[in-house]
Formats: sequence, C-alpha cells, structure tokens
Amino acid sequence: MEIFGIPLSALLGQLLLGLVNGSFYAMLSLGLAVIFGLLNVINFAHGALYMMGAFLAWMGLQYFGISYWTMLIVAPLLVATFGIVIEKTMLRWLYRLDHLYGLLLTFGITLIIEGVFRSFYGVSGQPFSVPPQLAGATDLGFMILPNYRAWVVAASLTVCLATWFVIEKTRLGAYLRAGTENPKMVEAFGINVPLMVTLTYGFGVALAGFAGVLAAPVLQVSPLMGSNLIVTIFAVVVIGGMGSILGSIVTGLALGVIEGLTRVFYPELSSTVVFIIMAIVLLFRPAGLFGREK
Amino acid sequence: MTNALEIRGLHAWYGESHILHDLNLTVGQGEVVTLLGRNGAGRTTTLRAIMGLTGRRSGSIKINGTESITLPTHRIAHLGVGYCPEERAIFSSLSAEENLLLPPVLTEGGMTVDEIYSMFPNLAERRHSQGTRLSGGEQQMLAVARILRTGAKLLLLDEISEGLAPVIVQVLARMITVLKSRGYTIVMVEQNFRFAAPLADRFYVVEHGAIVEQFTSSELNEKMPVLNELLGV
Repeated sequence: MEIFGIPLSALLGQLLLGLVNGSFYAMLSLGLAVIFGLLNVINFAHGALYMMGAFLAWMGLQYFGISYWTMLIVAPLLVATFGIVIEKTMLRWLYRLDHLYGLLLTFGITLIIEGVFRSFYGVSGQPFSVPPQLAGATDLGFMILPNYRAWVVAASLTVCLATWFVIEKTRLGAYLRAGTENPKMVEAFGINVPLMVTLTYGFGVALAGFAGVLAAPVLQVSPLMGSNLIVTIFAVVVIGGMGSILGSIVTGLALGVIEGLTRVFYPELSSTVVFIIMAIVLLFRPAGLFGREK
Repeated sequence: MTNALEIRGLHAWYGESHILHDLNLTVGQGEVVTLLGRNGAGRTTTLRAIMGLTGRRSGSIKINGTESITLPTHRIAHLGVGYCPEERAIFSSLSAEENLLLPPVLTEGGMTVDEIYSMFPNLAERRHSQGTRLSGGEQQMLAVARILRTGAKLLLLDEISEGLAPVIVQVLARMITVLKSRGYTIVMVEQNFRFAAPLADRFYVVEHGAIVEQFTSSELNEKMPVLNELLGV
C-alpha cells in the first residue's frame, strides 16, 4: 500500500520516529515552560542537563552496574539536585534583572558542563543498549514497532500529562499558576514562594534529566547531544508560546511528527522545517500559538 | 492581653525612596482601626510594610506579640495576618473558586466556604468563571472573602470600598460589622470617609509617612474641623 508514492510502512516508520523526537521536544520544552513561567529565566542549560541525565544513566551502568530502570529514577533526582544548587547559589540573584542575564548565566553553565564531559569522554558517542525488557520489536501487521520507541512515547506522554494535570488541576498547581502571575501576593498568603521557586527549577531540570535517560538508548550518549537539540527546543518553545504548559506539550509532539513527515516527502527540508514554522508563527502570532499577549 | 498589632519607630523604603518615617501605631485585639490620609501619605505603604512587601524596613512590628520586622513575608502571614491589597490581586489564571481556595489555612477558626458563599451569594454563582472576568464588585468581595477562610484574625484591608456601587459598599460594610462581632481585628485604609466612619473604633491620620493625629470614634465630631483641614473631606 502506498500514499503519494511512499510505502505505508516507511511513512509509519517516520511518523513513529517523529513521535519519538516529538516526545523529547515535548518533555524538554515543558520543563523550559515551567521554569520560565515561575522564574522568568530562559534556562539555556536545559540541553546540558538533558545530556547529563543521559550520561548519568550511562555512568551508572558502566561503572556501578546500576540498571536502566533504577537510573530512570536516580538520574533525574541527581540532575534536580544539581539544578537546585545552581538555583540557590546563582540564578536566585538574577530574577529581578532582564531575561538576558539568566540566559547568559545558564549559557555559561552549559559551556562548563559540556566542557567537563568533553574533557573526560571526548566528543564521540558512548553506546547504551536498550534494556533487555524492551529489546526487540512487535509486529503490528501493518508495521514493525520497536518496543523501546513505543516505551519512549508512552513514558513521555505519561510524564507530560501528569505534569499538566498537576499544574492545571490541583492545589499545588494553583499555587504555581498564581505564583507565576503575582509571586509577592502568593507569599503574602503564607506560601513559601522562594522554596517553591527552587523546587520548580529542580522539577523542570529533572524533566530534562528524565528525557536524557530515555534518549540514551535511542541516540548516542555524547557531551554534545544537548547542544544539538537545544536550538530546536527553543524554536518549539517560541512556536508554542513561552510559558504555556499545554502549548509546549502539543507543539513538541506536533513538530516532531511534522519533522518526520517532511523527512519522507521532502528530506532536504526536514532539518529546517521547524524554523520555517517558527518564522511564520512569529509573523502572525508573536506570542506563540498557545501564548498570551502580554 | 497583647496587642494584635504594635508598630514602633517604623521606617520603610522603596529602593532609594524613604516612605515611612518613624511611624507608630497600636491596634488592640478586636479593634477596627482606620488609617486616614491623603493619597501618597503612606497608608498603603504602612500595610505593605506590615506584610514585608516594601523594600528595606527598620523599627519594630509586633504581631500578636511576635516581632516580625526580620521575618520573610510568608512567615508574617503565618502569624495570623490576612492582607487584601488595593489592586485586589485576583489571579486571572485561576477560576473564582480557585482564587477563593488559594490562600492556605493558617490557623483553625476561619470561615467555611459555605459561610462565605452565604455572605457573598454572587461568588457562589460565579465560582467557575475566570477570576478576572468577575465584575469589579465581585472581584473585591472575592479579594476579601479569600482571606476570611484562612483563620487569620488580623485583617489588613486596603481601600476595599473604592470605586464600587453603593449596594456593594453596603454588603462590605455589613461584612465588617459581622467580622467585628466575631472578634476580628481590622486595619482599614479608606478614602471613603462615610464608609469608614460608622465602622471604626479608632482613627489614625497619616501624613508624610508618619501618624499626625489619632482619635476614637466618640471624638469624631469634635475632630471634624481638623480632619477637613488635613484631608479635605
């Protein structure tokens, strides 16, 4: 069976690959959105922290024989701890300043983190094999579905939707939304906003760490894996609307799929299509598809 | 019995601007006190300084006997203070009911949601609306109602009658009367003298960031000439 002269199985294969990439886009841009919302900081270090998550998973397995599944929990916690130290010691002083300062600081942190990993591991990728439970593929009849890729999409969708639910539907989320609008007033109600800010940053970067562990078996674990992704992620954030929770999830997945389809129909454009969409969105909706004009 | 609020030698700044200059005031438990004064006299800043929402502060602010001048804002709230700012600060990303339920309960003895809805039936009707879609009067009721849930017994109310229809001002006046009968301590900043006059036990007049006059409600009539001069009421 063919669609526009493309075999269906090839099309579905690229669609799945697009969904996998979209899952990473969604998780990373979600973390950026949560952080930007409450902290007003454009966290450029997000890519480096994602790489750190992947590397921690690799190091856990390589040096200590810790399984993928354990590191799926432990690596994000370690990344979160690292993030909390950054927030408490450095970011905290920049909230009242222009966005640019936060961007510059986190850019500097990115260079340091990447530099440290490069000096130890070089730029070539470290292999990380798919955990045995998820090895192999399932034949769905119309296509062969690699189990691990299905897991990546399912896990990231679960995490994204859970995050959305907590932020939009719970009391804790109400504190976060209110704190995004008027932190001083929320504090005047007796809520420890500085602590909430610290934990939010920790959570946002933990999402990056989680995405990193999920990515380790799909992509190569390399010190530059974050830099390769972060520019696309920022484009996703701009398209979705800075700070929009649902926007970042939907846009992330959608752009992954669009990228996948472009790879089938017009491969030359696949690496630029996201930026073309970004330019168009910026022209017609400067606040992004889901963003509110300020 | 310790005073609900005792301010001694309070100075407060916004950045470089020195707004409060050696301000002193005392509010007993269960008292309703109104701060009068012209715009820019420092009344709103006094309330914000109590909450720790100005810049630098010095002096002493004791809330129910506890020194709060060095405490961060969220700890001050936990001393049992509810603050309703002049700009109302209703959150647009929250529904009316989420706005109402936002402030955490600080101590027991606050009003239940049902009690609040029976006091302000409009809020019950509009509970699912976006907070900032409410009318000005409804937003004002919401801004006050949400701190009644928390169990805070010291309420700082900034210009709650400002710009509202007379019928809503009456609802708010009834509310103050009810709160007073329940033993709440209330510090109001009011421009609307007619609203404040029958409700307050005592008055302070603020000018240039300090208290320049104080009197009780029984002295109100004899003080009118002075007030006319100070406030232009």
